[in-house]
Amino acid sequence: MSKRLILSVGREFGSGGHAIAEGLAKRFSLEFYDSNLLEHIAERKNVSGEALKKYDERPRNRLFSRTVRGYSNSMQENVANLQFDALRAMAEEGKSFAIVGRCSESILKGYDGLVSIFVLGDWEAKRERIMRLYNLSPEEAEHMMSRKDWERKSYHNYYCKGKWGDSRNYDLSINSSRLGVEGTVDLLETYIRARMDA
Amino acid sequence: MEMAQILAVVIFAVMFLLIVTEKIERHWVSLGCGLLMLVVVFGFCMHSPAAVWNTLGLQSFASVDLWYQASEGAETASGINWSTILFIAGMMLMVEGMGRAGFFRWLCLQLARLVKYKTIPLFLAFMVMSSVLSMFIDSITVILFLAAATVELSRILRFNPVPMIIAEIFCANLGGAATMCGDPPNIIIGTSLGYSFADFVANTGLIVAVGLVLVIVYFFLCFRKELQSGPAQGGAISYPNPKDAIENKRDFAISSAIFAVAVVLLVTHAQTGLTVAAIGVFIGLVTLVAAGKDALALLKKVDYKTLLFFIGLFIVVGGLEQTGILEIIANFIADISGDNAMLMVAIVLWVSAIASAFVDNIPFAATMIPVIRSLSAAQGVDLAVLAWALSIGTDIGGSATPIGASANVVGISVAAKEGHLIGWGKYCKYAAPATVLVVLLAMVMIYVRYF
Repeated sequence: MSKRLILSVGREFGSGGHAIAEGLAKRFSLEFYDSNLLEHIAERKNVSGEALKKYDERPRNRLFSRTVRGYSNSMQENVANLQFDALRAMAEEGKSFAIVGRCSESILKGYDGLVSIFVLGDWEAKRERIMRLYNLSPEEAEHMMSRKDWERKSYHNYYCKGKWGDSRNYDLSINSSRLGVEGTVDLLETYIRARMDA
Repeated sequence: MEMAQILAVVIFAVMFLLIVTEKIERHWVSLGCGLLMLVVVFGFCMHSPAAVWNTLGLQSFASVDLWYQASEGAETASGINWSTILFIAGMMLMVEGMGRAGFFRWLCLQLARLVKYKTIPLFLAFMVMSSVLSMFIDSITVILFLAAATVELSRILRFNPVPMIIAEIFCANLGGAATMCGDPPNIIIGTSLGYSFADFVANTGLIVAVGLVLVIVYFFLCFRKELQSGPAQGGAISYPNPKDAIENKRDFAISSAIFAVAVVLLVTHAQTGLTVAAIGVFIGLVTLVAAGKDALALLKKVDYKTLLFFIGLFIVVGGLEQTGILEIIANFIADISGDNAMLMVAIVLWVSAIASAFVDNIPFAATMIPVIRSLSAAQGVDLAVLAWALSIGTDIGGSATPIGASANVVGISVAAKEGHLIGWGKYCKYAAPATVLVVLLAMVMIYVRYF
């Protein structure tokens, strides 16, 4: 594997996947992208980043959208495509970076230096984490978890052939509830270094 | 209700549902449902090879009427409307040739230069251009180039392109209603009921002309503040040169000439006797010959999926007609409106407009043509008046929502690719009242003129 590293981290809501990706980005000194990718796009296009973020990682509403000759009026789809184009452009430029979600494991498949990881977690552990981070009751946390995961799954599966969270779609799937966020970062660091040296 | 009728309705409903969900590409949906209609309804239920033959309409190719009509006539047979298919295919080739030569971008930039790159005059000029171009060219192509030029100019002149794009979309749909070739429903109405280009201009064209003035004032009042240019950037502004849009001068000159010939042939087709099918085939062939070695590349660019969609759609609608379903709908409308012709026109106009705001106006128009034909025959209402109501309803109604017409989807998508998002709320806030205004205007004009 070359020295260029593109780290793609998919995650279940509440699994700590975002924090794990952030931790790995720090250890490998990578530029880190999540919803801030839209801020970069907005800055380049001189438009409002907040307006774009409203549709970030959201499934397309089939009833209220139509496609004509490859053009779609779906804001979700257009925002997703803006992100996909930006990711491909960065990969084409030969950049190293870390990206959370956004179908990156499929969009960037085939680019040199890609390591794709999916972070999952135990139901109870995810619920605890959501309750703590968002100050929610158990019921509210469960509801939020189900809704967010449904959105991510619908979003992902609309654009990608491989299914969201299917281990065959990623280099590595890992349950963060076993080692916790820091422990998972440590283990993944070892794996990534091994990949880079291979 | 007979089994054939029930199955015809089910096939039609399934087709509509599958088109809306977009799970399967719409041309496969319509062709699949068309095949089902031929085999199950005409074959198994009706045991009628004649119905299959009539619906496929292949015999029309052997008929002189497909190419030349000394007097105005309508395609009486139900089923595939080959005139529409041939005309649209020919125009697609011509438009593709024009696009490759840089005609549309050149026109947009030339117009921007003409109004000295001032935002408000540009806004007004682009609305008018959108309408005028859409009278002859499909609105998707018009919006594709116009919206792209608007976004490009908005970056230079520092204004928000969203209001201008919404207005352009509306005007493209409006302009399409003015002529027989402006919007697919009009082509289908014209060829099916035997109306000429001049008939449309004299009837729907007049409504569109008044409607255009109305919407220009409306959109100007809505957007005049939003369209103020932002603070100028330091340094000299570099405006795009229209000449740079021309990819190849020879191709540009040829495609412009072909377009001019197409316009002349369409405007005079009632006098020359040439049908729109003949014009489409002629223009398409001339474009291919002029393209020389690029002809194959041009052919590959033709949106054959839309043509296949039309073919399947005509078969499905033919099934509804041959099984008598459309007559039942016509009788239902007749029952509601009684002997009141004005009410009947209002129903056709508003139902068409409301339906077209949410579903594809092409299948709707194709379905409604046999309905208004039956209504006219049974109730003695002038068929032409119902046809103009249907045309205006389907063409204008589509402007109300982001999914109502193809131009809306394309315009919104072009803007979104540059980060300018136009959601349902923003779009409908301005376009829906404009739609209601123009449909109301059309209703009043129809009442005053024909009753």
